[in-house]
Amino acid sequence: MSAIYERELDSQLNGLTGYVYGALMLLFGGIYVMVCQLDGSPYFTETLDGLRFIYFVSIPLLTMRSIAEERHQKTDQLLYSLPLSMTRIVLGKYLALVTVLAMPMAVMALYPLAVNALAASGTVHLRAAYSALAGFFFLGMALAAVGLFVSSLAESVGVAAGICFLVMLLTYFLTPLAGYIPASPLASLIALAVTAALFGLLVWRLTRNGGFAAAFTLALEAALGVCFAVDSQRFGGLFAELAGKLAVFDRFESFAYDILDLRAIAYFVSVAAVFLFLTVQSMERRRWAS
Amino acid sequence: MIEVSHLTKRYGGRTAVEDLSFTVGSGAVYGLLGPNGAGKTTTMNILTGCLAATEGQVTIGGHDIFDEPIQAKRLVGYLPEQPPLYMGMTVREYLSFVARAKGVRPAQLDGQLERAAAVAGVGDVAERLIRNLSKGYRQRVGIAQALLGEPEVIILDEPTVGLDPLQIVEIRQLISSLGREHTVILSSHILSEVQAICGQILLIHKGRLVASGTPEQLEAQSAGQVTYRLTVKAGPLEARQALEPVSGVTEVKTAPAGERTELTVAVSDPSPAMDERISFAMSDKRIPVLRLEREQADLEDVFLALTRDADQTAAPGRAPARKGGRRP
Repeated sequence: MSAIYERELDSQLNGLTGYVYGALMLLFGGIYVMVCQLDGSPYFTETLDGLRFIYFVSIPLLTMRSIAEERHQKTDQLLYSLPLSMTRIVLGKYLALVTVLAMPMAVMALYPLAVNALAASGTVHLRAAYSALAGFFFLGMALAAVGLFVSSLAESVGVAAGICFLVMLLTYFLTPLAGYIPASPLASLIALAVTAALFGLLVWRLTRNGGFAAAFTLALEAALGVCFAVDSQRFGGLFAELAGKLAVFDRFESFAYDILDLRAIAYFVSVAAVFLFLTVQSMERRRWAS
Repeated sequence: MIEVSHLTKRYGGRTAVEDLSFTVGSGAVYGLLGPNGAGKTTTMNILTGCLAATEGQVTIGGHDIFDEPIQAKRLVGYLPEQPPLYMGMTVREYLSFVARAKGVRPAQLDGQLERAAAVAGVGDVAERLIRNLSKGYRQRVGIAQALLGEPEVIILDEPTVGLDPLQIVEIRQLISSLGREHTVILSSHILSEVQAICGQILLIHKGRLVASGTPEQLEAQSAGQVTYRLTVKAGPLEARQALEPVSGVTEVKTAPAGERTELTVAVSDPSPAMDERISFAMSDKRIPVLRLEREQADLEDVFLALTRDADQTAAPGRAPARKGGRRP
């Protein structure tokens, strides 16, 4: 696993993407610190809040190559023939991504201290600052796993970046977008039915088994129908509620103001675990199909 | 060393490999021979654990490739058709990465790298970027990679495709020398290549094993397949009738050419006595023989005949599969 990790880290650091991400993070980090912290706000979260958009620009860049490039260059054959389990290979790649994510954050960890040392007016609340930074890092970990999964599905690097960017965008704006769905039970049902169909498409992409995907989608839709028939009132606003739970970016908001939100961290770790699991499955599936 | 039994691989509705069974012993060069699309790459991908079979079993050194993939893969070094190289690394970096990924201990790492690089002949380009190497050298790096971890079996998929004639000769020599210490399985659609370097041939067509054995055995198999080519001064019917009483004649094909007839006669008796029997049969009927040629099938003909036969048996619609797919 360490060999996979080192090679992946090496390729990240030999390419441009790792540096683009680091530069963006540090540049905008500096700007936000100037604007927010030096202006006198004691809350480092405000800086990090603003920096979330760097993630949805740079996560696609960081993760697009990880697996799609291997497939494109046919080096994935080597990975498949190595005496290593796919879980270790995926974990090695993921940990390398996480390392790259962490690099600018190590520098950013100095910002609150620097502000406190330099600015006469600004006194950053340190405990809040570091718990927020931890939360910010875990948010990145969750998103990186999503990106890795997208890379494992895509046939080319460009497609991986594009889809990943769309997914990030959708996740980022999920709550406001879901707000457009009327709160009526029927509207929720329709939105959920459409989502279930999209999910079915993903299952089909993963399994390449049309019959299974169709059965799966029908079962989901049928379950929705039955639930709606039993208690249609419960569906009022349900879509927005569920969308809120899936809005990974929004979870970070609870880190504001001196709370190390362990539930949010558990949430980020679970998202990462689920998508890493899916990545391993998507790699294993390629053994079965052409 | 390797046992393959009843291996089948289907892609959607297409069957790439069907009921393939063979055994590979230790310490020889095996050639997986077959035309393009015969299922060679699919078979190799399954042997190396890159692909899962639809049905059947593969064991390597007693380890099932599906149930104990890690142990089985340790025994195998694989060079896919396109060498899996990271272009941005130097040869040394790349080989060191593969060795570590294969679990070579740090204490043995340098020694193994040196040995693999020396055997594959890439020692002098160790510090160069793979991107800048010629195709022949890339192939060598691919072979060096397969040698790491000291596997007992080396599997090479079309190792000489796309190389220039000199490189082909060099790679063939390299493979022959590997055969002294390892079991080598290589695939090729070029008969002369397999004949030149392989001690054992597995002939595959349309995903089935149609023949196997040493080159000599395969030739001997077809030694019974002697054909005569004749040109006689007579009509086709007359010529056929003349050959009817001759024992040992199994099939007569005629092609009229003016007042002459070209005959292709297949016989079951390979002994030279057939020469006389055919010749006398013609003179008994007072048919002038203008040409009489005896042809014995060589490996090339066996290859062509077997692959053509399989075509014909596979052709009529959904004919039931021949059991075992193996010809006597």
